[in-house]
Amino acid sequence: MDSALLLEKSILVAILTLITLGIAMYSTYGERKVAAFMQDRIGPNRAGKFGLLQPLADGGKLFFKEEFIPVQAEKWLFILGPAVAMVTATITSAVIPWGTEIPMFGRNVQLQVADVNIGVLYIMGVVSVGVYGIMIGGWASNNKYSLFGAIRASAQMISYELSMGLALIAVIMMSGTLSLREIVAQQSGMNWNIFYQPIGFILFFVSALAECNRAPFDLPECETELIGGYHTEYSSMKLGFYLFSEYVNMFVSSALMVTLYFGGYNFPGMSYISDPTFLGIAQVAVMFAKVFFFIFVFIWIRWTLPRFRYDQLMHLGWKTMIPLALANMVVTGAVILLFGN
Amino acid sequence: MGALSSLPLPFLILSFLTILGALYVVTSKNPVHSVLALIFTFFTISAHYVLLNAQFLAVVNLMVYAGAIMVLFLFVLMLLNLNKESEPLKSNIWGIAAAISAGLLLLVITAAFQTSGIAVMKGNAEGIGLVKNLGRVLMTEYLVPFELTGILFISAMVGAVLLGKRDKSEVVKSEETIS
Repeated sequence: MDSALLLEKSILVAILTLITLGIAMYSTYGERKVAAFMQDRIGPNRAGKFGLLQPLADGGKLFFKEEFIPVQAEKWLFILGPAVAMVTATITSAVIPWGTEIPMFGRNVQLQVADVNIGVLYIMGVVSVGVYGIMIGGWASNNKYSLFGAIRASAQMISYELSMGLALIAVIMMSGTLSLREIVAQQSGMNWNIFYQPIGFILFFVSALAECNRAPFDLPECETELIGGYHTEYSSMKLGFYLFSEYVNMFVSSALMVTLYFGGYNFPGMSYISDPTFLGIAQVAVMFAKVFFFIFVFIWIRWTLPRFRYDQLMHLGWKTMIPLALANMVVTGAVILLFGN
Repeated sequence: MGALSSLPLPFLILSFLTILGALYVVTSKNPVHSVLALIFTFFTISAHYVLLNAQFLAVVNLMVYAGAIMVLFLFVLMLLNLNKESEPLKSNIWGIAAAISAGLLLLVITAAFQTSGIAVMKGNAEGIGLVKNLGRVLMTEYLVPFELTGILFISAMVGAVLLGKRDKSEVVKSEETIS
């Protein structure tokens, strides 16, 4: 690996991390504004123009809050919990392609951090490890509400990971590759996977909601039953990391849904653009526009639907989603076998 | 020491971390710490797979062991609430028995590897761990063991469901006592 490539990738990683954190930050603002609109309120409007500095003010406040570690808590695991949650949330975006390539400083810069040939599996691996952040934090707090939250979170995430994986398998069977870059490249034009896998997409979307612990599946932190769930004992930026990683996860899963089902950076009429620089920029812009739409859908759902009961959640996961995902997989396989590619 | 210094440095560091993690699994008094150390060990083993250019195996190892099985371990340990006060005193016999069986396992594995001679990577060593090659090998050369493993898993799953299911007569009885 030459040093120019190393430098290029390092810069790309830095930019991507900053963008991820920035989008997660402004998702909190978006969330509050959308909630305010739906409830006929104004929402944050004091800090800066239209309240645009509100996320900064919130972040600053969290930094200066007292750092509190309960006496009975396991100190190192208590600190490890939010760290794991944040790290696993941010490393997922490494394999998502944001565009094909863009010519810059005399070389073609690939708009993807790592084009690994097992991109889809990498994401499933990171998602399955992500639950440890919540479990470790909830257990180390030594508080019964935290423990309840952690146990709920892990049971929920294991259950919905299954249907998510099964929905993904149907896409992989169709495209015949595990590389996200190739999956996107196959969807050029309007050949999006959503038209072939509508059920798969719905399953994936519901599972993504559950994996992000977003309403209507936010039982791990359900305020009315568990006070705050797994982060009851947390304060200051450690709490901030937990809350923040939820928004980062939301951004990454939106990007993943766009990549897998909505053609990624592809848009109609892409082949008519000949200027490579403009093409690269347009692709990134289209990709982000689609991602923002899905983040909006996530927020929209949170302020529209009430929370599930725990038995309903398990019932939906095991008795509805998994059989449906299995059936979807079998039908996809049969169609591929009968009609070729 | 001469043999050690001829090995690549990343391998040495990783092996050191792996053994350190594995030792902590055994020596730690707290079961939750043990499980976390085991997860760490799985991560380092996955890193070994990456060094061998077998990314698929690395990720699958992470997903299945660190991501699924260890989550269940941790889940059960959290529910058991094992702490120092509630832990029953264990006699030394358990430790001795565990040491003997682990030693026997080590003996069997070394003997098996020594006599059979491990099949060294065939064909192009470059892409041996890639999905396509692995799938081809599994579906041709190792088809029977692969299918047998599948049947073993299904029987284990059916067994678990049967064990978890409540006996029908028991349900009726408990309902009667309530009424």
